[in-house]
Amino acid sequence: MDNIAGSKPALTWAVHLSVLALVLLWLFPTVGLFVSSFRTADQISTSGWWKSMFPSEQNLTLRTADPDDEGAQVLRDGVYVVEGNLFGTAGSTEISVWGVSSQDISAHQAGDTITMDDGETMTVQANGDYVWTSPSELTGRGQRAFVTAVAPPVFTLNNYKFMLFDAKNVEGMSKAFFNTLTVTIPATIIPIVIAAFAAYALAWMDFPGRALLIAAVVGLLVVPLQLALIPLLKLHLNIGIGKGYLGVWLAHTGFGLPLAIYLLRNYMVGLPRDIIENAKVDGATDFQIFTKIILPLSFPALASFAIFQFLWTWNDLLVAMVFLIDATGETTVMTKHIVELLGTRGGNWEILATAAFVSIAVPLVVFFAMQKYLVRGLLAGSVK
Amino acid sequence: MNPALQGLITIIVGVGGCVGYFYFSNVFIDKVLFPAKGPHAGRNINRANMIRPWLFLAPALIALGLYLAYPVVETLRQSLSERIPGGGYRFAGLDNYRQMLNDGRFWEAMRNNMVWLVVVPAASTAIGLLVAQLTDRIRWGSVAKSLIFMPMAISFVGAAVIFKLIYDTRPVEQDQIGILNALWLQFDGGIGSVLMLRALPALIFAAFAAMVGYAVWIVLRPVIRNSRSRGGPVAIVLRLLASVIGVWLMVLALISVADIFGADLTYGTPQTWLTIPFWNNFFLMVVLIWIQTGFAMVILSAALRGIPEETIEAAIVDGANPFQVFFQIKVPQIAGTIVVVWTTITLVVLKVFDIVFAMTNGQWETQVLANYMYDKLFRANDWGVGSAAAMVIMLLVSPILVWNVYNARKEMR
Repeated sequence: MDNIAGSKPALTWAVHLSVLALVLLWLFPTVGLFVSSFRTADQISTSGWWKSMFPSEQNLTLRTADPDDEGAQVLRDGVYVVEGNLFGTAGSTEISVWGVSSQDISAHQAGDTITMDDGETMTVQANGDYVWTSPSELTGRGQRAFVTAVAPPVFTLNNYKFMLFDAKNVEGMSKAFFNTLTVTIPATIIPIVIAAFAAYALAWMDFPGRALLIAAVVGLLVVPLQLALIPLLKLHLNIGIGKGYLGVWLAHTGFGLPLAIYLLRNYMVGLPRDIIENAKVDGATDFQIFTKIILPLSFPALASFAIFQFLWTWNDLLVAMVFLIDATGETTVMTKHIVELLGTRGGNWEILATAAFVSIAVPLVVFFAMQKYLVRGLLAGSVK
Repeated sequence: MNPALQGLITIIVGVGGCVGYFYFSNVFIDKVLFPAKGPHAGRNINRANMIRPWLFLAPALIALGLYLAYPVVETLRQSLSERIPGGGYRFAGLDNYRQMLNDGRFWEAMRNNMVWLVVVPAASTAIGLLVAQLTDRIRWGSVAKSLIFMPMAISFVGAAVIFKLIYDTRPVEQDQIGILNALWLQFDGGIGSVLMLRALPALIFAAFAAMVGYAVWIVLRPVIRNSRSRGGPVAIVLRLLASVIGVWLMVLALISVADIFGADLTYGTPQTWLTIPFWNNFFLMVVLIWIQTGFAMVILSAALRGIPEETIEAAIVDGANPFQVFFQIKVPQIAGTIVVVWTTITLVVLKVFDIVFAMTNGQWETQVLANYMYDKLFRANDWGVGSAAAMVIMLLVSPILVWNVYNARKEMR
């Protein structure tokens, strides 16, 4: 078919290139966040992340060792000398120009030796090695040096250490991460169990009103959950559940049920009738047919819905804000935590990027591992 | 108690409780209530089988009724009542709605939502269809599709952070760290800028206008020619209504073309994209388009695969070029799926909340209905108007609801 589809080579190339362009365009935003989460605050605020793959030129303010420090200053040939490296140790950062005055930060080339007002001299090499001399004893703090340096790409895991494992960081993500997990797992499993039984009844049992119920489920599929916020919150407060995990589990269960029933019923209806009828003839009860035959056969549909519900509850903000998070904020979930960080730490991209990536990482893993089921669920779930 | 432990117990109690309920209630009706033995065995079996479906359905029905059906009624009631100072509620007729209709922020939210409703489904479906078609026959197509599909897994909040980085603004003397401003500063008002920033967008809008015009023509043709396929009077009214909306869209698009050429672009100044009134809506919409395109692509790609090869082969044998094959053979055959994709994305758009909440919180004229409602409910604590706004969302959703139910019933017959 490919050859009759009759594309000329030029057209084929155009297709490949435009797909490539679209894919890159779609990946670019996520990659930006991913790369940013491995950069330091300084790096992020001085250059775009797309430049971080390449050596970048930076203006840095550095300082020599303090002459007062023990052993920093030595007397050599009648002059006092402080030696060392501006970066601590010589790395692969390359200094091009430097200066000692903030007025003129690119006064000297690397390797130059300059004389300052009071007879002091200063030499800075390209790799950051410096020699600072003075005829009289040096006191006070180290000499400032403004350098323009080309630094190789540097990436760090410190942001993740800070956001995930630093016990002192009150803005850390670890608590919110476990809270999200606590919300997600029961809210995924419970609706599956309830929906599976209901779907079986709607698919394979005969009773009056069945068609009406199926239509009702289809209708409820699209009811915006915004409508449910206030009435249900009031209900929860009245019956004593209040704001908390139990409330959010129940809410997610209720909101997830229509899709679950719809997906599972559509799948179960397609299972071969013979198997079920044979089992009935052999004397199996409906309960046995359901647990021994229908459930194992419906695994793909169960998996599809499980992924949907997992992604939806993991990524949810609104339901958690209304039914879960109380004034103490102890039960905050990751999405809410990130929104708060956006408000308080709007400019600190190293924190935001890391926080966002921590929350995206798990759904991405699930997505790539179970994509097959997700696609299948989408195809079955979009109301035809 | 540790929440994780509490979660574990809930899973065990919840799942165990459900399974236990199903098992024991079945045992109960089979063994105790209507035992399948003794003089009335046959009658008992029948009765048990009449009750059993309801046993299976009961938890789901209770949950659905309590969490979805009851709130609709309750919200409606709430939107018609107002708080009495000092406690309690009383019937207030349409006061809340009147108050809402007099609120400028509500109309701002409505206007923005309408723009969202046109732009996001159209763009997502169009790009999704394009990708589906392009990747259909290339070897690495599935990889490309899975990468474009990936944003589906990313939360709206995560996407908001991702795009805030893209829209970031630094003072002019610093390096821009947001890619959009970095690109923007590349333009200096020369010929390249005119081509990229005026000609290209104008072309896109003009193409949109042309497409809408074509659609209007197709919709109107049977009426004008008075052919049989125009349908009954209701169909004619619907066709005329659709054409009016289409013509309105065309006019809007053409006005935008004029605007683009008239716009005074401040080259060389970094822009704070999210604070430019009206256009910032589009920067927010991009986020949702980025997420939803993958969904449209997956569904449409499956539909394209389902087209019978013979129809395409016949067209090629008749000398159709690839574009004719696509627009005249393939698109008409997947029109039903396109409608499904479109309505599904429309539903997502109507409920869009997280993106606006996290990125602008409705400031700078980016309010949308769902966020307006949240504002009223939880910030202003005005449950009456908040519920009225929720009912507006419900009202906008209901045509799709009716359509879906109608189709589902038709399919079952």
